Amino acid sequence: MENNISLTLKVWRQNGPKEKGRFETYKLEKVSTDSSFLEMMDILNEQLINDGNEPVAFDHDCREGICGMCSLYINGRPHGPDDDVTTCQLHMRKFKDGETITIEPWRSAGFPVIKDLIVNRNAFDTIIAAGGYTSVSTGGVPDANAIPIPKVDADEAMDAASCIGCGACVATCKNGSAMLFVSAKVSHLALLPQGKVEAARRAKNMVAKMDELGFGNCTNTGACEVECPKGVSISNIARLNREFLKAKLQD
Amino acid sequence: MSTIFGSSIGRKLLMSLSGLFLVVFLIIHLSINLLLLVPDGGQMFNVAANFMALPLIKYGLQPVLFAGFIVHIIYAAILTAQNNKARGSAKYASGNNTKDVMWASKNMFVLGLTVSAFLVVHLIDYWVPLQITHAAESITIDGVEMHNTYALVNAAFAESWRVILYVIGALGLTIHLTHGFWSAFQTLGLSNNIWRKRWTVIGIAFAWIVGLGFSLIAILQFAFYQ
Repeated sequence: MENNISLTLKVWRQNGPKEKGRFETYKLEKVSTDSSFLEMMDILNEQLINDGNEPVAFDHDCREGICGMCSLYINGRPHGPDDDVTTCQLHMRKFKDGETITIEPWRSAGFPVIKDLIVNRNAFDTIIAAGGYTSVSTGGVPDANAIPIPKVDADEAMDAASCIGCGACVATCKNGSAMLFVSAKVSHLALLPQGKVEAARRAKNMVAKMDELGFGNCTNTGACEVECPKGVSISNIARLNREFLKAKLQD
Repeated sequence: MSTIFGSSIGRKLLMSLSGLFLVVFLIIHLSINLLLLVPDGGQMFNVAANFMALPLIKYGLQPVLFAGFIVHIIYAAILTAQNNKARGSAKYASGNNTKDVMWASKNMFVLGLTVSAFLVVHLIDYWVPLQITHAAESITIDGVEMHNTYALVNAAFAESWRVILYVIGALGLTIHLTHGFWSAFQTLGLSNNIWRKRWTVIGIAFAWIVGLGFSLIAILQFAFYQ
Protein backbone atom coordinates (compact mmCIF):
# COMPACT_ATOMS: atom_id res chain seq x y z
CA MET A 1 0.00 0.00 0.00
CA GLU A 2 1.67 3.14 -1.17
CA ASN A 3 0.75 6.38 0.54
CA ASN A 4 1.82 9.87 -0.37
CA ILE A 5 2.21 12.79 2.02
CA SER A 6 2.84 16.49 1.53
CA LEU A 7 5.39 18.22 3.72
CA THR A 8 6.66 21.64 4.69
CA LEU A 9 10.41 21.54 5.37
CA LYS A 10 12.26 24.12 7.43
CA VAL A 11 15.89 23.50 6.47
CA TRP A 12 19.02 25.15 7.86
CA ARG A 13 21.04 26.75 5.06
CA GLN A 14 24.54 28.09 5.65
CA ASN A 15 26.98 28.92 2.85
CA GLY A 16 30.18 28.30 4.78
CA PRO A 17 31.71 27.84 8.24
CA LYS A 18 32.02 31.57 8.87
CA GLU A 19 28.78 32.62 7.16
CA LYS A 20 25.59 33.41 8.99
CA GLY A 21 22.99 30.69 8.51
CA ARG A 22 19.20 30.90 8.22
CA PHE A 23 16.18 28.66 7.84
CA GLU A 24 14.62 28.23 4.39
CA THR A 25 11.12 26.83 3.98
CA TYR A 26 10.37 24.38 1.16
CA LYS A 27 7.13 22.63 0.12
CA LEU A 28 7.31 19.02 -1.01
CA GLU A 29 4.28 17.28 -2.58
CA LYS A 30 3.61 13.57 -2.91
CA VAL A 31 6.41 12.02 -0.90
CA SER A 32 5.98 8.24 -0.60
CA THR A 33 5.73 7.06 3.00
CA ASP A 34 7.86 4.10 1.93
CA SER A 35 10.82 6.33 1.10
CA SER A 36 13.59 6.91 3.59
CA PHE A 37 14.31 10.33 5.05
CA LEU A 38 17.41 10.72 2.89
CA GLU A 39 15.45 9.73 -0.23
CA MET A 40 13.03 12.51 0.70
CA MET A 41 16.06 14.85 0.88
CA ASP A 42 17.10 13.63 -2.59
CA ILE A 43 13.63 14.49 -3.91
CA LEU A 44 13.95 17.93 -2.34
CA ASN A 45 17.35 18.47 -3.96
CA GLU A 46 16.08 17.31 -7.35
CA GLN A 47 13.28 19.85 -7.04
CA LEU A 48 15.76 22.57 -6.06
CA ILE A 49 18.09 21.77 -8.96
CA ASN A 50 15.18 21.73 -11.45
CA ASP A 51 14.16 25.16 -10.17
CA GLY A 52 17.72 26.40 -10.68
CA ASN A 53 18.55 26.59 -6.96
CA GLU A 54 21.47 25.17 -5.02
CA PRO A 55 20.77 21.76 -3.46
CA VAL A 56 20.94 21.24 0.32
CA ALA A 57 24.29 19.81 1.45
CA PHE A 58 23.94 16.87 3.85
CA ASP A 59 26.16 13.94 4.89
CA HIS A 60 25.37 10.38 3.83
CA ASP A 61 27.26 7.32 2.68
CA CYS A 62 26.22 3.68 3.12
CA ARG A 63 22.48 4.33 3.62
CA GLU A 64 22.15 1.06 5.48
CA GLY A 65 22.72 2.30 9.01
CA ILE A 66 26.26 1.09 9.61
CA CYS A 67 28.67 3.83 8.51
CA GLY A 68 27.67 6.65 10.88
CA MET A 69 27.93 9.29 8.18
CA CYS A 70 24.35 10.59 8.10
CA SER A 71 23.41 13.06 10.78
CA LEU A 72 20.53 15.62 10.85
CA TYR A 73 18.70 16.96 13.90
CA ILE A 74 15.04 16.41 12.99
CA ASN A 75 12.16 17.90 14.99
CA GLY A 76 14.19 18.16 18.18
CA ARG A 77 15.93 14.77 18.00
CA PRO A 78 19.16 13.53 16.39
CA HIS A 79 18.27 11.05 13.63
CA GLY A 80 14.62 12.06 13.99
CA PRO A 81 11.54 10.67 15.75
CA ASP A 82 12.25 6.93 15.43
CA ASP A 83 14.29 5.09 18.09
CA ASP A 84 17.54 3.16 17.54
CA VAL A 85 17.94 4.12 13.89
CA THR A 86 20.18 6.36 11.85
CA THR A 87 18.61 9.00 9.61
CA CYS A 88 19.04 6.81 6.51
CA GLN A 89 16.96 4.12 8.22
CA LEU A 90 14.24 6.58 9.22
CA HIS A 91 11.17 6.26 7.01
CA MET A 92 8.66 8.86 5.97
CA ARG A 93 5.85 6.74 7.42
CA LYS A 94 6.92 8.21 10.76
CA PHE A 95 5.56 11.59 9.60
CA LYS A 96 2.03 12.83 9.05
CA ASP A 97 0.54 14.40 5.94
CA GLY A 98 0.93 18.18 6.06
CA GLU A 99 3.53 18.05 8.83
CA THR A 100 6.22 20.71 9.16
CA ILE A 101 9.66 19.14 9.63
CA THR A 102 12.53 21.19 11.04
CA ILE A 103 15.92 19.93 9.86
CA GLU A 104 19.07 21.26 11.54
CA PRO A 105 22.73 20.30 11.64
CA TRP A 106 24.31 18.75 14.79
CA ARG A 107 24.98 21.68 17.10
CA SER A 108 27.89 21.66 19.53
CA ALA A 109 31.06 23.66 19.95
CA GLY A 110 33.00 20.48 19.06
CA PHE A 111 31.16 20.06 15.73
CA PRO A 112 31.32 23.34 13.75
CA VAL A 113 29.05 23.64 10.69
CA ILE A 114 30.85 23.32 7.34
CA LYS A 115 27.91 23.94 5.05
CA ASP A 116 24.12 23.65 5.40
CA LEU A 117 23.52 20.42 7.34
CA ILE A 118 27.11 19.15 7.27
CA VAL A 119 29.22 19.48 10.40
CA ASN A 120 32.90 18.80 10.94
CA ARG A 121 33.24 15.61 13.01
CA ASN A 122 37.03 15.36 12.67
CA ALA A 123 37.22 15.72 16.46
CA PHE A 124 36.08 12.09 16.79
CA ASP A 125 38.88 10.90 14.49
CA THR A 126 41.38 12.95 16.50
CA ILE A 127 40.16 11.29 19.71
CA ILE A 128 40.50 7.82 18.13
CA ALA A 129 44.01 8.75 16.95
CA ALA A 130 44.88 9.59 20.56
CA GLY A 131 44.54 5.95 21.64
CA GLY A 132 41.50 4.11 20.29
CA TYR A 133 43.51 1.23 18.84
CA THR A 134 45.97 -1.53 19.71
CA SER A 135 49.57 -0.60 18.85
CA VAL A 136 50.56 -4.02 17.54
CA SER A 137 48.69 -6.24 15.14
CA THR A 138 46.89 -8.90 17.15
CA GLY A 139 46.62 -11.11 14.07
CA GLY A 140 43.60 -12.73 12.55
CA VAL A 141 40.69 -14.31 14.41
CA PRO A 142 42.27 -16.60 17.01
CA ASP A 143 41.13 -20.15 17.66
CA ALA A 144 38.00 -19.89 19.80
CA ASN A 145 39.58 -21.72 22.73
CA ALA A 146 43.02 -20.13 22.52
CA ILE A 147 42.18 -17.09 24.68
CA PRO A 148 39.18 -17.78 26.90
CA ILE A 149 36.94 -14.71 27.14
CA PRO A 150 33.82 -14.75 29.33
CA LYS A 151 30.65 -14.60 27.27
CA VAL A 152 29.44 -11.55 29.21
CA ASP A 153 32.64 -9.61 28.41
CA ALA A 154 32.54 -10.63 24.77
CA ASP A 155 28.91 -9.49 24.50
CA GLU A 156 29.54 -6.15 26.22
CA ALA A 157 32.63 -5.52 24.09
CA MET A 158 30.60 -6.25 20.96
CA ASP A 159 27.79 -3.92 22.11
CA ALA A 160 30.31 -1.12 22.76
CA ALA A 161 31.99 -1.78 19.41
CA SER A 162 28.68 -1.20 17.65
CA CYS A 163 29.25 2.57 18.08
CA ILE A 164 29.44 4.03 14.57
CA GLY A 165 30.78 7.43 15.69
CA CYS A 166 27.86 9.39 14.24
CA GLY A 167 27.89 12.03 16.98
CA ALA A 168 24.21 11.85 17.98
CA CYS A 169 25.34 11.60 21.63
CA VAL A 170 27.12 14.95 21.42
CA ALA A 171 24.28 16.49 19.41
CA THR A 172 21.64 15.71 22.02
CA CYS A 173 23.76 16.23 25.16
CA LYS A 174 22.94 19.43 26.99
CA ASN A 175 26.63 19.61 27.87
CA GLY A 176 27.98 18.84 24.39
CA SER A 177 29.81 15.93 25.99
CA ALA A 178 31.41 13.14 23.95
CA MET A 179 31.59 10.71 26.88
CA LEU A 180 29.33 8.03 25.34
CA PHE A 181 31.48 7.90 22.20
CA VAL A 182 34.78 7.86 24.09
CA SER A 183 33.48 5.34 26.64
CA ALA A 184 32.33 2.99 23.86
CA LYS A 185 35.71 3.18 22.16
CA VAL A 186 37.58 2.64 25.45
CA SER A 187 35.23 -0.15 26.57
CA HIS A 188 35.29 -2.41 23.54
CA LEU A 189 39.06 -2.69 23.86
CA ALA A 190 39.31 -2.62 27.67
CA LEU A 191 37.04 -5.65 27.95
CA LEU A 192 39.22 -7.89 25.78
CA PRO A 193 42.71 -9.28 26.56
CA GLN A 194 44.21 -7.81 23.38
CA GLY A 195 43.12 -4.30 24.39
CA LYS A 196 43.78 -4.58 28.13
CA VAL A 197 47.55 -4.18 27.72
CA GLU A 198 47.21 -0.52 26.75
CA ALA A 199 43.98 0.17 28.67
CA ALA A 200 45.43 2.71 31.11
CA ARG A 201 47.28 4.75 28.52
CA ARG A 202 44.29 4.64 26.17
CA ALA A 203 41.81 5.92 28.76
CA LYS A 204 44.10 8.78 29.80
CA ASN A 205 45.01 9.89 26.30
CA MET A 206 41.51 9.71 24.84
CA VAL A 207 39.96 11.62 27.76
CA ALA A 208 42.72 14.25 27.58
CA LYS A 209 42.09 14.69 23.84
CA MET A 210 38.33 14.87 24.38
CA ASP A 211 38.80 17.63 26.99
CA GLU A 212 41.30 19.47 24.81
CA LEU A 213 38.87 19.55 21.86
CA GLY A 214 36.29 21.40 23.96
CA PHE A 215 33.67 18.73 24.61
CA GLY A 216 31.67 19.20 27.82
CA ASN A 217 31.64 17.35 31.13
CA CYS A 218 29.20 14.44 31.44
CA THR A 219 26.44 15.02 34.00
CA ASN A 220 24.80 11.61 33.56
CA THR A 221 21.54 12.81 32.05
CA GLY A 222 21.42 9.69 29.88
CA ALA A 223 20.08 11.55 26.82
CA CYS A 224 22.97 10.12 24.73
CA GLU A 225 21.90 6.55 25.42
CA VAL A 226 18.31 7.33 24.36
CA GLU A 227 19.38 8.92 21.08
CA CYS A 228 22.22 6.52 20.20
CA PRO A 229 21.17 4.72 17.00
CA LYS A 230 23.04 1.65 18.24
CA GLY A 231 21.71 1.74 21.81
CA VAL A 232 25.19 2.01 23.36
CA SER A 233 24.66 1.95 27.13
CA ILE A 234 25.85 4.58 29.63
CA SER A 235 27.25 1.70 31.69
CA ASN A 236 30.20 2.21 29.33
CA ILE A 237 30.60 5.71 30.80
CA ALA A 238 30.88 4.19 34.28
CA ARG A 239 33.53 1.84 32.89
CA LEU A 240 35.43 4.75 31.31
CA ASN A 241 35.33 6.62 34.64
CA ARG A 242 36.63 3.49 36.37
CA GLU A 243 39.40 2.90 33.79
CA PHE A 244 40.44 6.56 33.85
CA LEU A 245 40.49 6.94 37.64
CA LYS A 246 42.34 3.62 38.02
CA ALA A 247 44.93 4.72 35.45
CA LYS A 248 45.42 8.10 37.13
CA LEU A 249 45.77 6.54 40.58
CA GLN A 250 48.49 4.22 39.27
CA ASP A 251 50.60 7.15 38.06
CA MET B 1 47.97 12.25 39.90
CA SER B 2 49.04 15.82 39.19
CA THR B 3 46.57 16.44 36.41
CA ILE B 4 43.65 14.36 37.62
CA PHE B 5 41.63 17.38 38.81
CA GLY B 6 42.41 19.20 35.60
CA SER B 7 40.52 16.59 33.59
CA SER B 8 36.77 16.46 33.05
CA ILE B 9 36.46 13.18 34.95
CA GLY B 10 38.63 14.56 37.75
CA ARG B 11 36.37 17.57 38.19
CA LYS B 12 33.39 15.25 38.21
CA LEU B 13 35.15 13.13 40.83
CA LEU B 14 35.28 16.19 43.10
CA MET B 15 31.54 16.74 42.56
CA SER B 16 30.87 13.10 43.33
CA LEU B 17 32.99 12.89 46.48
CA SER B 18 31.82 16.23 47.91
CA GLY B 19 28.24 15.27 47.08
CA LEU B 20 28.49 11.93 48.88
CA PHE B 21 30.10 13.69 51.84
CA LEU B 22 27.14 16.09 51.98
CA VAL B 23 24.81 13.07 51.83
CA VAL B 24 26.45 11.80 55.02
CA PHE B 25 25.96 15.24 56.57
CA LEU B 26 22.26 15.11 55.61
CA ILE B 27 21.86 11.78 57.40
CA ILE B 28 23.37 13.21 60.60
CA HIS B 29 21.35 16.42 60.28
CA LEU B 30 18.08 14.54 59.78
CA SER B 31 18.83 12.21 62.72
CA ILE B 32 19.35 15.19 65.04
CA ASN B 33 16.27 16.98 63.69
CA LEU B 34 14.19 13.90 64.50
CA LEU B 35 14.88 14.69 68.17
CA LEU B 36 12.68 17.79 67.66
CA LEU B 37 9.75 15.39 67.76
CA VAL B 38 10.62 13.99 71.21
CA PRO B 39 7.98 15.58 73.49
CA ASP B 40 10.38 16.60 76.28
CA GLY B 41 10.35 20.36 75.69
CA GLY B 42 13.40 20.09 73.48
CA GLN B 43 15.76 18.72 76.11
CA MET B 44 17.25 15.91 73.99
CA PHE B 45 17.51 18.16 70.94
CA ASN B 46 19.36 20.79 72.99
CA VAL B 47 21.81 18.22 74.34
CA ALA B 48 22.49 16.94 70.81
CA ALA B 49 22.90 20.48 69.47
CA ASN B 50 25.26 21.26 72.33
CA PHE B 51 27.26 18.15 71.49
CA MET B 52 27.60 19.38 67.89
CA ALA B 53 29.04 22.64 69.28
CA LEU B 54 31.92 20.83 71.06
CA PRO B 55 35.29 22.36 70.12
CA LEU B 56 36.41 19.19 68.33
CA ILE B 57 33.34 19.26 66.10
CA LYS B 58 33.13 23.04 65.82
CA TYR B 59 36.78 23.57 64.91
CA GLY B 60 37.61 20.13 63.52
CA LEU B 61 34.63 18.88 61.53
CA GLN B 62 32.77 22.09 60.71
CA PRO B 63 35.57 23.49 58.47
CA VAL B 64 35.54 20.17 56.60
CA LEU B 65 31.79 20.52 56.12
CA PHE B 66 32.21 24.08 54.86
CA ALA B 67 34.94 22.87 52.50
CA GLY B 68 32.58 20.18 51.23
CA PHE B 69 29.90 22.74 50.46
CA ILE B 70 32.38 25.14 48.85
CA VAL B 71 33.97 22.49 46.60
CA HIS B 72 30.52 21.24 45.55
CA ILE B 73 29.24 24.74 44.76
CA ILE B 74 32.38 26.08 43.07
CA TYR B 75 32.83 23.01 40.87
CA ALA B 76 29.12 23.07 40.01
CA ALA B 77 29.61 26.61 38.72
CA ILE B 78 32.81 25.72 36.82
CA LEU B 79 31.29 22.60 35.22
CA THR B 80 28.08 24.40 34.28
CA ALA B 81 30.02 27.25 32.64
CA GLN B 82 32.23 24.81 30.72
CA ASN B 83 29.23 22.76 29.64
CA ASN B 84 27.36 25.81 28.36
CA LYS B 85 30.45 26.71 26.35
CA ALA B 86 30.73 23.18 24.96
CA ARG B 87 27.05 23.22 23.96
CA GLY B 88 27.87 26.20 21.75
CA SER B 89 26.15 29.48 21.05
CA ALA B 90 23.84 28.16 18.31
CA LYS B 91 20.68 26.67 19.81
CA TYR B 92 18.35 24.15 18.22
CA ALA B 93 15.29 25.85 16.75
CA SER B 94 13.27 22.65 17.18
CA GLY B 95 14.24 22.35 20.86
CA ASN B 96 14.92 19.01 22.49
CA ASN B 97 12.35 16.22 22.25
CA THR B 98 14.45 13.41 23.68
CA LYS B 99 12.22 11.34 25.94
CA ASP B 100 13.04 9.31 29.05
CA VAL B 101 15.52 11.82 30.44
CA MET B 102 15.02 12.62 34.11
CA TRP B 103 14.07 16.29 34.51
CA ALA B 104 16.26 16.61 37.61
CA SER B 105 19.35 15.52 35.67
CA LYS B 106 19.04 18.51 33.35
CA ASN B 107 18.37 21.05 36.10
CA MET B 108 20.87 20.17 38.81
CA PHE B 109 22.35 23.65 38.91
CA VAL B 110 18.98 25.38 39.37
CA LEU B 111 17.95 22.79 41.98
CA GLY B 112 21.28 23.37 43.68
CA LEU B 113 20.46 27.09 43.86
CA THR B 114 17.24 26.36 45.81
CA VAL B 115 19.28 24.25 48.20
CA SER B 116 21.93 26.94 48.62
CA ALA B 117 19.27 29.60 49.28
CA PHE B 118 18.17 27.31 52.08
CA LEU B 119 21.77 27.10 53.26
CA VAL B 120 22.18 30.88 53.49
CA VAL B 121 18.99 31.26 55.56
CA HIS B 122 20.26 28.49 57.84
CA LEU B 123 23.54 30.26 58.43
CA ILE B 124 21.82 33.55 59.26
CA ASP B 125 19.11 32.02 61.46
CA TYR B 126 21.16 29.48 63.39
CA TRP B 127 24.88 29.48 62.80
CA VAL B 128 25.35 33.21 63.51
CA PRO B 129 23.34 33.44 66.78
CA LEU B 130 24.55 30.04 68.07
CA GLN B 131 28.21 30.04 67.17
CA ILE B 132 29.31 33.57 66.28
CA THR B 133 27.41 36.25 68.23
CA HIS B 134 26.03 33.85 70.88
CA ALA B 135 22.89 36.00 70.92
CA ALA B 136 20.66 32.96 71.42
CA GLU B 137 19.22 32.54 74.91
CA SER B 138 20.66 29.99 77.33
CA ILE B 139 19.18 27.09 79.27
CA THR B 140 20.63 24.79 81.93
CA ILE B 141 20.10 21.05 81.48
CA ASP B 142 21.52 18.67 84.16
CA GLY B 143 23.75 21.43 85.47
CA VAL B 144 25.24 22.23 82.04
CA GLU B 145 24.57 25.66 80.58
CA MET B 146 23.92 25.64 76.85
CA HIS B 147 22.08 27.54 74.12
CA ASN B 148 18.36 26.87 73.95
CA THR B 149 18.57 25.82 70.29
CA TYR B 150 15.15 24.20 70.54
CA ALA B 151 13.49 27.53 71.36
CA LEU B 152 15.13 29.11 68.33
CA VAL B 153 13.95 26.32 65.99
CA ASN B 154 10.53 26.11 67.59
CA ALA B 155 9.99 29.86 67.20
CA ALA B 156 11.06 29.70 63.53
CA PHE B 157 8.58 26.91 62.82
CA ALA B 158 5.78 28.90 64.43
CA GLU B 159 5.59 31.08 61.34
CA SER B 160 3.62 29.48 58.52
CA TRP B 161 5.49 31.26 55.69
CA ARG B 162 8.78 29.86 57.01
CA VAL B 163 7.35 26.34 57.11
CA ILE B 164 6.09 26.69 53.52
CA LEU B 165 9.50 27.93 52.27
CA TYR B 166 11.20 25.19 54.27
CA VAL B 167 9.08 22.50 52.60
CA ILE B 168 9.76 23.97 49.15
CA GLY B 169 13.49 23.95 49.91
CA ALA B 170 13.31 20.37 51.15
CA LEU B 171 11.51 19.28 47.97
CA GLY B 172 14.20 21.03 45.87
CA LEU B 173 16.77 19.01 47.80
CA THR B 174 14.77 15.82 47.19
CA ILE B 175 14.70 16.31 43.43
CA HIS B 176 18.40 17.24 43.46
CA LEU B 177 19.17 13.98 45.26
CA THR B 178 17.05 11.78 42.97
CA HIS B 179 19.66 12.44 40.29
CA GLY B 180 22.68 13.28 42.42
CA PHE B 181 22.84 10.07 44.42
CA TRP B 182 23.17 7.48 41.63
CA SER B 183 25.11 9.96 39.52
CA ALA B 184 27.82 10.13 42.21
CA PHE B 185 28.36 6.38 41.99
CA GLN B 186 28.32 6.45 38.18
CA THR B 187 31.10 9.07 38.25
CA LEU B 188 33.15 6.95 40.65
CA GLY B 189 32.83 4.12 38.16
CA LEU B 190 31.01 1.98 40.74
CA SER B 191 28.18 1.22 38.38
CA ASN B 192 27.15 -1.08 35.55
CA ASN B 193 23.87 -2.15 34.01
CA ILE B 194 22.77 -3.90 37.21
CA TRP B 195 24.11 -1.47 39.80
CA ARG B 196 22.85 1.62 37.99
CA LYS B 197 19.29 0.42 38.58
CA ARG B 198 20.08 -0.38 42.21
CA TRP B 199 21.75 2.97 42.92
CA THR B 200 18.83 4.75 41.24
CA VAL B 201 16.24 2.98 43.41
CA ILE B 202 18.30 3.50 46.58
CA GLY B 203 18.88 7.15 45.61
CA ILE B 204 15.22 7.91 44.96
CA ALA B 205 14.19 6.24 48.23
CA PHE B 206 16.88 8.12 50.14
CA ALA B 207 15.93 11.43 48.48
CA TRP B 208 12.28 11.11 49.51
CA ILE B 209 13.11 9.93 53.04
CA VAL B 210 15.32 12.99 53.51
CA GLY B 211 12.93 15.45 51.83
CA LEU B 212 9.76 14.19 53.49
CA GLY B 213 11.61 13.71 56.79
CA PHE B 214 12.70 17.33 57.02
CA SER B 215 9.31 18.57 55.75
CA LEU B 216 7.28 16.47 58.20
CA ILE B 217 9.38 17.61 61.16
CA ALA B 218 8.75 21.24 60.18
CA ILE B 219 5.01 20.70 59.66
CA LEU B 220 4.58 18.72 62.91
CA GLN B 221 6.52 21.39 64.80
CA PHE B 222 4.20 24.03 63.35
CA ALA B 223 1.02 22.08 64.06
CA PHE B 224 1.60 20.36 67.40
CA TYR B 225 4.60 21.77 69.24
CA GLN B 226 3.68 25.44 69.62
